Amino acid sequence: MSGPTLTPSLGGYVPRDRTWQPDALTPPYKTSVKRSPSAALLSFPSSLSEETAPIFGHGILGALDNDLLHNFATQGQSAIGPRIIVHGRVLDEMARPVPGALLEIWQANAGGRYRHKKESYLAPLDPNFGGCGRTITAADGSYEFHTVYPGPYPWPNGMNDWRPAHIHFSVFGHGFAQRLITQMYFEGDPHIPLCPIVGALKSQEAVDALTAPLDMHRTVPMDSRAFKFDIVLRGRRQTFFENRKDGM
Amino acid sequence: MPQDRNVLRESPSQTAGPYVHIGCTPNFTGIDIYDGDLGTAMKTGPVQGQEITITGTVFDGTGTPLRDAMVEIWQADAAGLFASQNETRGASDPNFTGWGRSPGDMTTGEFRFDTVKPGSVPWPDGRMQAPHITVWVVARGINIGLHTRIYFEDEGDANAADPILSRIEHQNRVPTLLAKKTSEGVYLFNIHLQGPDETIFFDI
Repeated sequence: MSGPTLTPSLGGYVPRDRTWQPDALTPPYKTSVKRSPSAALLSFPSSLSEETAPIFGHGILGALDNDLLHNFATQGQSAIGPRIIVHGRVLDEMARPVPGALLEIWQANAGGRYRHKKESYLAPLDPNFGGCGRTITAADGSYEFHTVYPGPYPWPNGMNDWRPAHIHFSVFGHGFAQRLITQMYFEGDPHIPLCPIVGALKSQEAVDALTAPLDMHRTVPMDSRAFKFDIVLRGRRQTFFENRKDGM
Repeated sequence: MPQDRNVLRESPSQTAGPYVHIGCTPNFTGIDIYDGDLGTAMKTGPVQGQEITITGTVFDGTGTPLRDAMVEIWQADAAGLFASQNETRGASDPNFTGWGRSPGDMTTGEFRFDTVKPGSVPWPDGRMQAPHITVWVVARGINIGLHTRIYFEDEGDANAADPILSRIEHQNRVPTLLAKKTSEGVYLFNIHLQGPDETIFFDI
């Protein structure tokens, strides 16, 4: 048989859009001032080192890993605070589902306090809340966590800076080039436009991309409200050409 | 209006904040929900190739070590093969994960990886790259995770022929990418976020 190959294959990762992603140096977020590289990043096409990534099988997961209401709680008890479901899908830039993605989350408790020895906020710890969870996306890229609505809290930056309620997400896709850490915010939180960390984002569109709406379709009546948070990872170019020219 | 391109935008990054260890290495912070912290052991049995240890510290622009960073590395095995579903060239060492994650020492911030010296991996055009380890650094104050690479100072010939290293304009900065051999099988790789010794970071 002759003629063109019609089986698509995956090329390199599409370069990160640095006009969309936050810059390293954002002075209103003071810690960035001395932790931001000042030289230009070195741009190169992805190679196998970035197009591969470790495999995390569902076997690593415990039954309660995605249930922050119970995964640290004494038997028969649960975390204190408004019960919520956080769910969504992990997709790539071409809107393809990313199955098998490892999601690790961490958050403050309902009072805005983290379980960490360097944390000094006067809100109390919840003895039944650890503050972390993890899951792996299903074949359609979907995931779900059960947790409490995290409290806003003050932090040392300006004299009166408060973080909006948020959940941190660490995302592992299929290539190390996709590695991402971000934060999910909640629709309608008045702290969002005031926060210097949110302020590192370059547009309202970027803020909206990290803001989870209330999702009454997934809310469990008399039990938990739901918020929907989709995550988009970098995508790989799709090509119908089997051979790459030498030197490219 | 032209047609829609039907593409999505990558989720914007936000800093990992001061408590990334709660989420990614909870056992390190005393939260023992999971069996252990992922990425702690890169070797799960007898491995092929030379076993090495890499230590280092992440420094800010004032020279202060970071104690709230998380460093991840990803690399090929001694034969240059990745333990990944996207590896199509052959089966990698079954006792080597290729992936490590370190929260750094609680007091000093020093990270440490017990791993193997990676083999060579091809560049997209088929040329071989010098042995290297991909590195990703996140911390409070870092708005988007920083990629860099560890190469080895004792791989002079391979480094000289490497498609990336040889194309770097500021050759005087290349040593920021070279792990220094301090004794047999032991390497030092410090990461400087800013300043005169600023590490070369990649957009890759």
